[in-house]
Amino acid sequence: MSGRYLLRRTALILYTLLVVSVLVFGITQVLPADAATMLLGENATPEQLAAIRARLGLNDPVWTQYLRWLGGVASGDFGISLRSGLPVLPQVAEALSRSLLLALLSIGLMLAIALPLGILAAVRRGGLADLGVSLASYVGISLPEFVTATLGILLFADTLGWLPATGYVPLTEDPARSLLHLVLPVATVSLILIAHVSRMVRSELVDALHTDYVRAARLKGLPEGAVLRRHALRNALLPTITIVALDVGYVLGGIIVVEEIFAIPGIGRTLIVAIQNRDLPMIQAGALIMAATYCLMNFAADLLYAALDKRIQYA
Amino acid sequence: MPDIVRRLLRTPQGVIGLALVLLVLTLAILGPLAAPHDPDALSPLRRYRPPGGDFLFGTDQLGRDILSRLLVGARATVLLALLATFLGTMAGAVIGTASAFLGGRVDEAVMRTVDALMAMPSLLLALLIVSVLGRGSENAVLAIAIAFTPGMARITRSVALAVRRQDYVNAAIARGEGSFYIVTREMLPNVVAPIVVEMSIRVAFAIMLFATLSFLGLGAQPPASEWGLMVSEARRFMHLSPWMIVWPAAAIAFVAIGFNLLGDGLRDALNPRT
Repeated sequence: MSGRYLLRRTALILYTLLVVSVLVFGITQVLPADAATMLLGENATPEQLAAIRARLGLNDPVWTQYLRWLGGVASGDFGISLRSGLPVLPQVAEALSRSLLLALLSIGLMLAIALPLGILAAVRRGGLADLGVSLASYVGISLPEFVTATLGILLFADTLGWLPATGYVPLTEDPARSLLHLVLPVATVSLILIAHVSRMVRSELVDALHTDYVRAARLKGLPEGAVLRRHALRNALLPTITIVALDVGYVLGGIIVVEEIFAIPGIGRTLIVAIQNRDLPMIQAGALIMAATYCLMNFAADLLYAALDKRIQYA
Repeated sequence: MPDIVRRLLRTPQGVIGLALVLLVLTLAILGPLAAPHDPDALSPLRRYRPPGGDFLFGTDQLGRDILSRLLVGARATVLLALLATFLGTMAGAVIGTASAFLGGRVDEAVMRTVDALMAMPSLLLALLIVSVLGRGSENAVLAIAIAFTPGMARITRSVALAVRRQDYVNAAIARGEGSFYIVTREMLPNVVAPIVVEMSIRVAFAIMLFATLSFLGLGAQPPASEWGLMVSEARRFMHLSPWMIVWPAAAIAFVAIGFNLLGDGLRDALNPRT
């Protein structure tokens, strides 16, 4: 991996964030909302409105406003929330930390279930287990998060009473209750991923099991378990890293819905509340941070891939 | 094309997927004609009926027939999702083909911008667009179409790059045809097949996205019987009758499974290697 590659990737990430920032800023400019009225309320006098517009620079040309906003973002200042009147960054950072717990648990659960399922289906290719995994994954990828979540609440909270329906308890306050509240959200976010990733793992492993090196390993008399572990899986599981990283986009989208349904005050719910209230700085920060998360995860996945597979040379 | 249909019908996914999709499309088009009751007729005396008798799927919180609402709602959910996918595919196909044809710096700039747009989760992009355009079915369709455009552009470009090198494109350039003519008349017709496959897989996603937007209150508006909206409205009454949630949820899953199977079947039919 050359320094030139790293430089190019970093430049691409910065370009991505720049495009996203233009897009998000553009969208929030078109939104029918007036920051001055939002801050002062409906009863503000025209003089007060004019004064705050001048102070916030709302009378400047759009591109001046954009550059000023971008400059602020670059130095960690995302502006002031129009709804709460507090700086955006600490609120978004706190929301993000709650979402990260949800996202990491979901990805962890997904890997713990999807990898064994995919491997089982590939090893028993054409058998009952393969058919079962395949059918289940069709159902899995066809259920939107809001359906899974609602059915989950209906069954496990409403009918059986095993789990709390909605709400959020901080991990530091009461770890057991916190995790109990996270069971349904995590299961919901990971279901669609389990379906997707297990299918991918299956097809990668089926391909790997048909290669010459696997045939060679079998012919030299290695037991099937060793062939699988030492030869096929090593090659088949590497692309999973990339697939999981690309699925982070799904995770982020799923988190928006799941946080809304389960009333978790994370980044997704923050964004929906901001959109409903036309809280422009909050929308900008939330969308930008989501896009940045996605880019960084994919970058990290490529680096990890190259580190694990010495054949990959990014030039 | 008949050859593709024959190969499609050779895989179990293809047969089942095609059957499910045809069934759903028939029901969506017949919709109101097939509905046994008026989907909007309120009757306070027969609310929260379980399935059975005169009301095959039961009744909802206002005493409306759930089966009739599902059948009428199929138009909103399925046909609008198809429309959104079609619009997004067309926009993406034109951009992707043009980018591949123009090549060089333009191609690089277009594709890096497409990459950047794809860093936004589709749902987030759709949410932002709907928040600008305002809530409602038409705007949700537009938002989904726009959210699909970058992905379709990237896929079309990779197919179009292969077509770009074909002799008939070079011949058209040598004849002195304009870029617009070459992109629309020579290249687009030849990138159709892979795009159709991608489209059929995306329809499932569009249905789920459209239902999700409606569920969040940004797509179809009450009293429409869009399926996501039905789930959303039924949530408050789920302890009185779970059927109000189970049926529309099952309908969404059923249609999405159909399109997913059809898409996979088509992909296998077009790609003899697998």
